[in-house]
Amino acid sequence: MTEVKGTGRVKRGMAEMLKGGVIMDVVNAEQAKIAEDAGAVAVMALERVPADIRAQGGVARMSDPDMIEKIQAAVSIPVMAKARIGHFVEAQVLQSLGVDYIDESEVLTPADYKNHIDKWEFTVPFVCGATNLGEALRRINEGAAMIRSKGEAGTGDVSNAMQHMREINGEIRRLSSLREDELYVAAKELQAPYELVKEVAQAGKLPVVLFTAGGIATPADAALMMSMGADGVFIGSGIFKSGNPAQRAAACVKATTFWNDAKVIADASRGLGDAMVGINVADLPAPHRLAERGW
Amino acid sequence: MKVGVLALQGDVREHMAALTACGINPVEVRRPSELASVDALILPGGESTTIAQLSEIFGLFQPIRDRISAGMPVYGSCAGMILLADSILDAKDGQKTFGGLDITVRRNAFGRQVDSFENDIVFKDGSDDLVHAVFIRAPWVERIGSEIQVLAAVDSHPVAVRSESLFATSFHPELTGDHRIHRYFIDEVARPALEKVK
Repeated sequence: MTEVKGTGRVKRGMAEMLKGGVIMDVVNAEQAKIAEDAGAVAVMALERVPADIRAQGGVARMSDPDMIEKIQAAVSIPVMAKARIGHFVEAQVLQSLGVDYIDESEVLTPADYKNHIDKWEFTVPFVCGATNLGEALRRINEGAAMIRSKGEAGTGDVSNAMQHMREINGEIRRLSSLREDELYVAAKELQAPYELVKEVAQAGKLPVVLFTAGGIATPADAALMMSMGADGVFIGSGIFKSGNPAQRAAACVKATTFWNDAKVIADASRGLGDAMVGINVADLPAPHRLAERGW
Repeated sequence: MKVGVLALQGDVREHMAALTACGINPVEVRRPSELASVDALILPGGESTTIAQLSEIFGLFQPIRDRISAGMPVYGSCAGMILLADSILDAKDGQKTFGGLDITVRRNAFGRQVDSFENDIVFKDGSDDLVHAVFIRAPWVERIGSEIQVLAAVDSHPVAVRSESLFATSFHPELTGDHRIHRYFIDEVARPALEKVK
């Protein structure tokens, strides 16, 4: 055969290499370097972290290409960037900039309330959010090469991320327990393609890497998500909205690797200063809940 | 033979599965005591900056260097190749490697993720069979020392190299389900090297 780029294997394989790692939101080159020095496996370049998007309101869009390029020039680790749900032109722009992964993200204001991006059309891989298994499989069917549980971004409240991880993994366990002739109805109920449902039922896991995101603010939060079966962690506002970003970032990296060693997590949690203030998800009015974006 | 996979970050699971398929019962290595218990080690794919940093924090960096100098057989894929190189280019400021292989490796040499690719390449283990190779933000070898043997190349850039006890590929055989590269490490690199130490 001849050399082929953008195959399913290189897209999904890229996410395999990020496993056991922390991906951090950064808004400038200086933060990107702090994240890299702290041991981040990748950075997510965006203009405002979710907590600020939430506070300032308005329409949130793809970041300025200049800002993304400055971050690409500053670090040697992969650089990801966000496109609005369904905004395939933003995704084309990000691909032309050579970003390593595109997050089709509910944190930005959706561009299409019916359709997501046809991700098979791209050479660059995509990560998409999901709150349950059906949503994860619909995204994979559209070409997503990595899934993250959504959580509720910009809150510092880990409860939704927890709920989404339990939901996704609970539904996977349930599928594995079904008879083969029951998978047709399961696919109907999940609103997901039968072939993917069957694959998940047989493998007992998603066919792509599953990270977690939304509301993770402490080393213990990161370790909690890993023990719920996440392959790795996205931390958005939790680091650079805290008192001591460099130290907190390094602490979250340690806790993600040693998620099952409470002594390491305890040491990593010492003297970190103030965590981000946070908002209880329950206090958020329904229209301000980002996790509900995605169809 | 007890083979460990350095399990600080990266595609540890895939290497564990490949070793198991080769009839080895592998162990994950995160602590110095776990390192001390293995005869050979695999450095997985992942982020070389993250793996090097976690190795230092958790007291594995110097012990791994010492074991490499003492002749422990090691195989590194992608990030693992970077970690085995004596010198690296396009590195993060101050980025350290375990070293041991007298080579200079350029990080992300084939480009960014949009340039990641797969292809069949010739693996010169005596058979010249084709191996399906997956390159993900892959490095290549830019300089080789006099003792280094080149086992595969892409556009004249070495992508598989070995010394007596150390072996590195810039591609990921652990992602293909074809275990010949892992078998090569076990049978042609690790076993002879361990026999010699005995």
